[in-house]
Amino acid sequence: MVMESIKDKAAIIGMGCAKFGERWDASIEDLIVEASYEAFADAGIKPSDIQAAWWGTSFSAHRGTAIAKSLKLRGIPYTRIENACAAGLDVFRNASYAVAAGVYDIVMACGGEKLKDFGYSGLPVSPPSYAELALSQTRPTTPMPAQFALLANRYFYHYGIDYDEGKRALAKIAVKNHHNGTLSPKAHFRREVSLETAIKAPMIAKPLGLYDCCGVSDGCAVAIITRPEIARKYRDDYVLLKGMGVAGGDEYAAIPSDFDWVHWEENLAAAETAYREAGITNPREQIDIAQVHDCFTINELISYEDLGFSPRGKAIDDIDSGFFELDGGLPVNTDGGLKCFGHPIGATGLRMVYEIYKQLQGKAEARQLKKVELGLAHNIGGWPGAFTAAVAIFGREE
Amino acid sequence: MVGIVSYGVYIPLWRLDLGTVDEGLSGERAIANFDEDSLTMGVAAGINCLHNADRSQIDGLFLATTTSPYKEKQISVTAATALDLREDILTADFGNSLRAGTTALRAAIDAVKAGSAKQVMVVAADMRLPMPGSDFERLFGDGAVAFIIGDENVKVSIRDSYSISDEILDMWRADGDKFVRSWEGRFALDEGYFRVLPIPVSALMERNNLAPQDFSQAIFYGPDTRRHREMAERLGFDMAQVQDPMFGSVGDTGAAFSLMMLAASLENAKPGDKMLLASYGSGADAFLLEGLKEFEGGREVKSYVESKKIIKSYKTYLRWRELIEMTTGRRRPPTPTPSASAIWREREQNIRLYGVKCQQCGTVQYPPQRVCVNCHAKDKFESYRFSDKKAKLFTYTADYTTPTPNPPMVLAVINFEGGGRMWVYMTDSDESEIEIGMPLEMTFRRLFTMEGIHNYFWKCMPVRFRGG
Repeated sequence: MVMESIKDKAAIIGMGCAKFGERWDASIEDLIVEASYEAFADAGIKPSDIQAAWWGTSFSAHRGTAIAKSLKLRGIPYTRIENACAAGLDVFRNASYAVAAGVYDIVMACGGEKLKDFGYSGLPVSPPSYAELALSQTRPTTPMPAQFALLANRYFYHYGIDYDEGKRALAKIAVKNHHNGTLSPKAHFRREVSLETAIKAPMIAKPLGLYDCCGVSDGCAVAIITRPEIARKYRDDYVLLKGMGVAGGDEYAAIPSDFDWVHWEENLAAAETAYREAGITNPREQIDIAQVHDCFTINELISYEDLGFSPRGKAIDDIDSGFFELDGGLPVNTDGGLKCFGHPIGATGLRMVYEIYKQLQGKAEARQLKKVELGLAHNIGGWPGAFTAAVAIFGREE
Repeated sequence: MVGIVSYGVYIPLWRLDLGTVDEGLSGERAIANFDEDSLTMGVAAGINCLHNADRSQIDGLFLATTTSPYKEKQISVTAATALDLREDILTADFGNSLRAGTTALRAAIDAVKAGSAKQVMVVAADMRLPMPGSDFERLFGDGAVAFIIGDENVKVSIRDSYSISDEILDMWRADGDKFVRSWEGRFALDEGYFRVLPIPVSALMERNNLAPQDFSQAIFYGPDTRRHREMAERLGFDMAQVQDPMFGSVGDTGAAFSLMMLAASLENAKPGDKMLLASYGSGADAFLLEGLKEFEGGREVKSYVESKKIIKSYKTYLRWRELIEMTTGRRRPPTPTPSASAIWREREQNIRLYGVKCQQCGTVQYPPQRVCVNCHAKDKFESYRFSDKKAKLFTYTADYTTPTPNPPMVLAVINFEGGGRMWVYMTDSDESEIEIGMPLEMTFRRLFTMEGIHNYFWKCMPVRFRGG
């Protein structure tokens, strides 16, 4: 039995995004209000038009009613979703499927995080062990940079890339995303970085240096979602969900000894579903803009290959040719990505949607691309072999 | 005839250059890594002792140390579990005296003689903490040694022993003391070591009608090189007969010291050789040994002495021993306290390092699963021991931000010979020497201590001795 497609069954009529960064001035309530009221205004709806809401967070205001409390919306259903760094797109999926099912007409998907009150420069949890159920704490605590550094070293080895060449390719991704961040008023980091600086930065987890790693940010993003026939009553330039895939891993990277660690099965499964639904057969040619999960530069590189933008083992050729830069064939992380726009865990997936939504509407200001018909958001959470990967494709009414 | 069936030693990889401790000092001493203690070193020696031995035939494990990581909780049982010995065996901890190692040896001999056990493993390990600036700081070393005592396939027989007990405060640590204390040197030496150790030695020689020249090797405790030599003269031995006490290279390994010297001596023992072994501490134990057959294979003390890395600085040593506090920054919150019930539930996988092998498809996997990662068969597994399997490095990283007493923290994904993969810490490695594909072996270590729980598990390390 072929599963039904989500294509053209859910539409975004409004979005909001709080300023990302070290928001010493703002609480989680402030961030939710900031993003939500921008979204309400953008959609032209009243807060009371919302019939159900989904809240995505890992560490902040753990219950769905955080939205009720912040917006004073009483008596509607709230669901909190925790799917690590992929919570944002998973919130979007649940909200979209709910309107597509016809149960609700207008819903909101909200993801946010207030990380900078915990007092840690890293995430406010001890690093997750790869077998999180092992309370004996014997499995290695593997901080996020280390998890992706394991991937980077294997990628270099697998393809015979020498260390300096690998470092340089990763640094180019950081340089690109820093440049894009300078064009994003709401981004956390808004300054250029030179290739030399990125390569020579202090080591975090070999081979990943400081500029290979995204920071820890506060932020919140909101999408107002409905069905296309309702969306038309609110605006002409609403954005349609064209396809969506979400896939989870079962620890296949850590247990069987034959897995190669240069791709992620979750990415392939999620992309395959999303592409099938959206009718995409050649992503490199058909997709005009992509926001991929660049928590670490190596993950952006792997994503180029997993999402079918670059042939296997050839991502570095595309990096060198500038293919993913703003004026390249397929601009990636046009707003600065996790690297520079920031990574408030639960908000990230929705921040990606925000950028694609604005680009499709021609409202991306200095970052605006010339031709944007189809955009892709790629959001992952978890650790190698046990990720949740989400891929969503967005476009306009055909 | 009761005697030594097998032996194994363990000397940590790391050396403290005494020149970095104080001006004018020279030589080295063996230093356990921050993730080692007397239990883990004892397990390492035990693993070496099981070389050419059948672990299922061991009926007891006696572990001697003055530096047990627990005051109340047996560690010989943990060692027996890590060594994957049977459960229906007698385990016992011996402690509180530098003589604890030889006392455990004597108890093992008596158990075999009495017939209550066919084979007993005796492990002695120590890592006594000298007060910085004290004379002990150039003398003490860390290490462990293990013997299997039995009455079949004996290589060196233990023909006789003689013990005396002697009440004295010459060296001690009271409850709560971190460092070894001692009374004035002249008293401690004259009325302690020099008066007491000769008593059982003379008695043993007299009882067996032996004179000093009848011995090929004389192995006995010494507080330092000069006093050890002086004791040799007092006992009537020529220095050619006397086993080198390894000051300046390994150091005084406490309860393991005289047995460590015995192990070094066994490497040269020939059939017919007579050996004298004597230890000291709240009395003295003396043994008469005689070589029957030569030992085969095994890693020698000499190899361990030669296999070494010098730690970067005295500060590193102080940090490993928690003698200075170092900032951990405010990067991440600490690891939560491990759950005692989870540690208990996972004892087979954490301490014995058991994974599983699928009975349906043969896939080897760690940690144990309920559903096969390959063929999805449910609960069709047999246990599979990983601790003695060699592995190769699949990928790794050196993490510079995680607080550890020995940065960078090295994480590895490793593939085992015979199948199976593990995501695990690497220890005793030099970051610049790590290469994907390098051969690795497993080593039992203490991950961390929290709320009095020492969390033991296995790490991988570069194979220390090529070819075995």
